Amino acid sequence: MSDVQTIKNSDAATVSPSVVPAVDVIEDANGITLYADLPGVTKDRLGLQIEQDSLVIEGNIDLPLAAGAEAYHVEVDVPRYRRVFTLSKELDAEKVSAQLVNGVLKLRIPKAEHAQPKTIKVNVN
Amino acid sequence: MYRGLLSRDIFAELDRLQRFANQAFDISPSIRGLLNNRYPAINVSTSPQAVDVYCFAPGIDPAALEVKLEQGVLSIAGERKDDTAHNEREKSNVHINERFAGRFHRVVTLPDDIDANAVTANYRDGVLHIKAPRREAAQPRRITIQ
Repeated sequence: MSDVQTIKNSDAATVSPSVVPAVDVIEDANGITLYADLPGVTKDRLGLQIEQDSLVIEGNIDLPLAAGAEAYHVEVDVPRYRRVFTLSKELDAEKVSAQLVNGVLKLRIPKAEHAQPKTIKVNVN
Repeated sequence: MYRGLLSRDIFAELDRLQRFANQAFDISPSIRGLLNNRYPAINVSTSPQAVDVYCFAPGIDPAALEVKLEQGVLSIAGERKDDTAHNEREKSNVHINERFAGRFHRVVTLPDDIDANAVTANYRDGVLHIKAPRREAAQPRRITIQ
């Protein structure tokens, strides 16, 4: 899994500006777990796409400003998150599961059957 | 002097480049460092009726958030658990570790005319919204001419 934000999707990224969300990626014997910080993203405004070997995480948020209010101090000014990863062949894109809790996306991408570790029983005669 | 294959230390080079850029563009950084990449990121907006503080704090247990208002200073503190840590036992590899973990504390000074008893805080989708209404007496009023 590698970050290809600037290379592959530079054209898409220039369409509308977006923030690259912080992620944690952990691999264990059976698959990969990805956590992404997407504060403000609701379930219906989260976009997850897996096409061939690329995983696209997108999300839109509202930056509400009440009527008559003015921004006084701004650290988040882009209402869009986007990040693209390249998946490797042994990952099973069909079986990805996703959870979005309190603005954190948790993705679980299991490894394909053939890439799962197998324990070989040693028989001693 | 011994010179390795990579004759220059990349971090030293980046540091030098940053200092050079600061000098060239006459940037004087704040004494508290550069204020980007802080957790949680905070937006503040003001209106004649209220002050709204939005904290972008994903992955927090709302019960563990400490929001305090003392002498007009709003403080937001809490702790975020490290999602990469509990996997260490399970023979796993951490490939990317960018998300903040640990304790955090940020303060925002609110204006004098807010009503401390009417401050509300809501946590939704990883965003903490604190609304501090201004006191009735301080709100702009239209005076009718008789």
